[in-house]
Amino acid sequence: MFGPQSPFVMYDEELKSITAVIEKLRRESNSKVIFLVDKNGQLIASVGETGHLDTTSLASLTAGNIAATGGLAKLIGEKEFSILFHEGEKDNLHISIVGGRVILVVIFDQRSSLGLVRLRVKRASQELDQIFADLARKTAEVEKSGGLRGPFAEITDDDIDNLFR
Amino acid sequence: MSFINYASREINCKIVYYGPGLCGKTTNLQHIYQKTAPEAKGKMISLATETERTLFFDFLPLALGEIRGFKVRFHLYTVPGQVFYDASRKLILKGVDGVVFVADSQEERLDANIESLENLRYNLEEQGFHLEKLPFVMQYNKRDLSNVSSIEELRGLLNPDGVPEFEACAMTGEGVFETLKAVAKLILLDLQKGRR
Repeated sequence: MFGPQSPFVMYDEELKSITAVIEKLRRESNSKVIFLVDKNGQLIASVGETGHLDTTSLASLTAGNIAATGGLAKLIGEKEFSILFHEGEKDNLHISIVGGRVILVVIFDQRSSLGLVRLRVKRASQELDQIFADLARKTAEVEKSGGLRGPFAEITDDDIDNLFR
Repeated sequence: MSFINYASREINCKIVYYGPGLCGKTTNLQHIYQKTAPEAKGKMISLATETERTLFFDFLPLALGEIRGFKVRFHLYTVPGQVFYDASRKLILKGVDGVVFVADSQEERLDANIESLENLRYNLEEQGFHLEKLPFVMQYNKRDLSNVSSIEELRGLLNPDGVPEFEACAMTGEGVFETLKAVAKLILLDLQKGRR
């Protein structure tokens, strides 16, 4: 997300803003579940009836899906396909790319409509794009001022070995 | 590229198993899945053909425990090994934190191993990665078979830089966790040094 080598970092403050935006989107679009995934398949945030969902797998497959359609796009000379729509018998999936960085997934049923979801997603995307732009700036600043040492600066070999006991 | 989430106190890392077709990448993941406690693993997803050849990728999320109050999660992926799935392999390497190369020890697969390793190097460089700078381990799989090349020969051709290497038989699980542990350790050490 911020270059191939540096980690993607999420802080409390930004996660709260992001969750607020997608929760508002869920209400206004009358949808069931919304989640945000980074392009590498890591789940960033989710709202709605996620209890029965395997969100980790959903995140990974969504990213795979976007990657595959992105590959298709390039083959026909497009930059990317910014919106994907999958229609099911009951539930539908609306997948879109926000600011070229993250993937926004909306799951909705007959209580909403594709038109409404598209409309609301457009507005929420602008807000999310801003938050991620700020986050990218923040990460870049932290890196410039000596880099992020993170929680792992002082881990020992024993810490690592303990993971595999 | 690891994902450090201060909000949920989690760290996510992506490990990709690479290697020629039928070398045992999926078998590695299946063994890890079978031998990991239910609370430490998610569902294993295999996007495969009807004949169980990997079509796009296998995916296995593992949550092994905590370090310094942070949950450590590893997302394990395999690539499709068959030569003509190269476009898919490139996609799966996006954002990779560590690579396991699963070599097929059988003599007749020597060329396939070399070709796959060159392909890995090339696909990584296309995305601005250099294999030498990534956490990378080598696994010599199928050591139980009779028609295998010697370790010295494999090492000379596939591992001249001397990255951590393991002999394995993924079908029985021998060497599988040792390989995973080694690459996970290299990734965490990179994080410790602030390199990732």
